[in-house]
Amino acid sequence: MANYKLDITKEHCPMTFVKTKIELSKLKAGDTLEVLLTEGEPLENVPRSSEEQGFKVLSITEAEVKGTHLIVIQK
Amino acid sequence: MDFTEEQIQRYSRHILLQDVGVEGQEKINNGKVLIVGAGGLGAPIALYLAAAGVGTIGIIDGDVVDLSNLQRQVIHFTPDVNKPKVISAKEKINLINPDVKVVTYQKLLTAENALDIINDYDFVVDGTDNFPVKFLINDACMIAKKPFSHGGILRFDGQTLTYVPGSACYRCLFHSPPPPNAVPTCSQAGVLGAIAGMLGTIQAAEVLKYLTGVGDLLTNRLLTFNAKTMEFRTVHTKHNDNCPVCGSHPTVTGLVDYEQAVCDIESHRKQK
Repeated sequence: MANYKLDITKEHCPMTFVKTKIELSKLKAGDTLEVLLTEGEPLENVPRSSEEQGFKVLSITEAEVKGTHLIVIQK
Repeated sequence: MDFTEEQIQRYSRHILLQDVGVEGQEKINNGKVLIVGAGGLGAPIALYLAAAGVGTIGIIDGDVVDLSNLQRQVIHFTPDVNKPKVISAKEKINLINPDVKVVTYQKLLTAENALDIINDYDFVVDGTDNFPVKFLINDACMIAKKPFSHGGILRFDGQTLTYVPGSACYRCLFHSPPPPNAVPTCSQAGVLGAIAGMLGTIQAAEVLKYLTGVGDLLTNRLLTFNAKTMEFRTVHTKHNDNCPVCGSHPTVTGLVDYEQAVCDIESHRKQK
């Protein structure tokens, strides 16, 4: 099972989820994608949109840089 | 295929759609669609398919832009009057989306050239204004086993159906062309400009659904609307065993150029 990484801290809505979807399209069942994102809109929307489109959000944790979070999404 | 940063931005609203996504957008980018007629229906069809990123768009039309076209043929602008419609359309398509490869055929679709032309495409869209070519498109697509979208507009009315091999074809519903001059054309009867957009965009949506495999096509259904009442109807249809082209005893086995109404030919001549 592969693990992919993506940093969308410099993106704005809706490109935050567009970039996430492009990475998610590479996943096979069981693979995971770690997404680094900022608080606010990305943190509210990216996990929700991922769940809505059939992916599983395994975890959401605070990342090193203040105001950023790491979410792990699984197909 | 890997999208460039610009393509990700351009197609982001498709990529966001759960049913389309990256895969669906790639299918659109690989699609090859032939639009017959660069007029009232062909204009919105071409503009939306170009915007969507359809990889190859073929356009066939033998006419030049006339001032009377501009009331509804929104791909042509005032400075385009007297320019071949396929050239005018190609220019706008590439302004909207330089990614699209445009193939132009400045001629009429005929029994002689139809199969050669449509063979290069995945899907054919009827944007014509006359019965002879509508039946020709149907028959050619039957023979070539190509899916197509039929569309027709007149006054305040529009109708469309989608054919894929096996479904009811245009002739299953409409046996053969009406006699010349029995049904007035847009040039005689008039047409509300905006309904060209209403019907053409429905056809464009059908093309994108076909290319992506999303949803249910308008197969075995005839959609009609009237803009005065703004009522839409869907008539369920089915394969007709007595159909002259796809029934069990077909009488139409080759392509025919049916006779055109005299005034149509005159108006086509005038424009050349």
